[in-house]
Amino acid sequence: MEPRAVELDEHLFRHEAGRMVAALTRIFGVHNLALAEDVVQDAFCRALEVWKFRGVPENPSAWLMATAKHRAIDVLRRERTARTFAPELGRLIESEWTLAPAVHELFGAAAIQDDELRMMFSCCHPRLAEPAQIALILHILCGFSVGEVAAAFLSSNAAIEKRITRAKKVLAGSKKLFELSAADFSTRLSAVHRALYLLFNEGYHGASAESAVRIELCGEALRMAGLLRRHPLAATPATLALGALMCLHAARLPGRVDASGELHTLFEQDRSRWDMDLIAEGQRLLDLSATGSALSEYHVEAAIASVHARARSAEETDWERIVSLYDTLIAIRPSPVVALNRAIAVAQHQGPQRGLDAIRAVDGLDRLASYPFYPATLGELELRGGRPAAAREHFCKALALARNPMERRFIERRINACRE
Amino acid sequence: MSEFLFLYRGGDSSGSPEEMQQNMQKWVAWMKELGDSGHLKAIGNPLEPGGKVVKGKQKTITDGPYAEAKDLVGGYTMIEAKDLAQAAELSKGCPIFEKDGFVEVRPIMQINM
Repeated sequence: MEPRAVELDEHLFRHEAGRMVAALTRIFGVHNLALAEDVVQDAFCRALEVWKFRGVPENPSAWLMATAKHRAIDVLRRERTARTFAPELGRLIESEWTLAPAVHELFGAAAIQDDELRMMFSCCHPRLAEPAQIALILHILCGFSVGEVAAAFLSSNAAIEKRITRAKKVLAGSKKLFELSAADFSTRLSAVHRALYLLFNEGYHGASAESAVRIELCGEALRMAGLLRRHPLAATPATLALGALMCLHAARLPGRVDASGELHTLFEQDRSRWDMDLIAEGQRLLDLSATGSALSEYHVEAAIASVHARARSAEETDWERIVSLYDTLIAIRPSPVVALNRAIAVAQHQGPQRGLDAIRAVDGLDRLASYPFYPATLGELELRGGRPAAAREHFCKALALARNPMERRFIERRINACRE
Repeated sequence: MSEFLFLYRGGDSSGSPEEMQQNMQKWVAWMKELGDSGHLKAIGNPLEPGGKVVKGKQKTITDGPYAEAKDLVGGYTMIEAKDLAQAAELSKGCPIFEKDGFVEVRPIMQINM
């Protein structure tokens, strides 16, 4: 008898880790987060030992969840005199009569889904800076080890370890998981949107040159946004727009960074490599998000991505519409990077000289001093304007600012283009 | 064909969820490979880490085994191979080596009555 070869979801353990930690933290209380993490580690060890010999079971998620549930009951029995668990569960877990049925109910599918969401909101605690919120979401809900978070952010293990440890202390101090019925729900929802948006961007624009890392980070952000959409309270128009934006951008990932890790701009991407299913899903979510009166930055960014997704080539893109969408975006969330992107659209629409004029008119240009794509854009427009010497100078400045080998190689290619 | 026992000793199974899943999948793939090539006599079992040791004329029972975690038998599999050399060769595909564990290959005694 050999084990059955059941096809496992590629990241099953990672995703189940988040679900199990959320459910266990609800039962043990946030102050016992470490205990919840230990129980999850135990469940994986058990799965590893048993599945090696018996193969992957029919329903691996249910198997893991049942193992975690039984361990939780053991822990509650053994340690109920030594520890305090979730205060709101009180008597339910103190009495042997109610313990097992109560835990069984807390491990129901709907309960776990709520717990996952409550954990996500808890990770976006106002006392935590955004990078700490993102690290915590990746670590707790996406099952990334400290080393894996560090690799994704090209940061040191020690720095991420410190960040996560401090963030966990804040989380533990919050007494219990965030209540979805709380008065500050919508404020916290905005913080969650922002954190997921930044997590997605880390994958999309971030430092890692490995396309696998990028796809994973974007994939996790998409999955978290999907969790938000499944909850009636959290499925607001802004949530739908955020999902649309992620789908429409993620669709372009296969064209953006190729197999050898080379970066390609929107203008030179092979559009046949874009993911049509993700584009369709993005469009669907964008249509659904068009309710209510509030226009979020995510709506506008998704609308811009949607114009690109529908265009067959850079030349056939409705640049006039993109410029006007950027005007709207600047009104909602002014930023020099957004203004720079608007200038690129202006150049596409009205020629490189008008683009250069638009860049010079950007508010807060000094804040772009260390952003390599600022001089790179100047170089690009000078080159298109027929001034390769000036272009080369800008590209050389950009090269000095490049943040990773992928950006460096990209800019070197542009410097070479100035010679031709 | 002769029969052999693979004793899996030591090996650190901890890690991130992603690493543990990959490790598990390597084991499943390896066991499948052994089965497909007709070398798997019985897939065997994993063993719980703890246990009791009963020893001496007094039959004293203590917690055990005493072996350090890095030498502890974590499971076993029964293999069919031409000879000991081939059995040892087959064990080389075991994912335990990536986790600092090792495989003890023991011929099962042939009893010809």
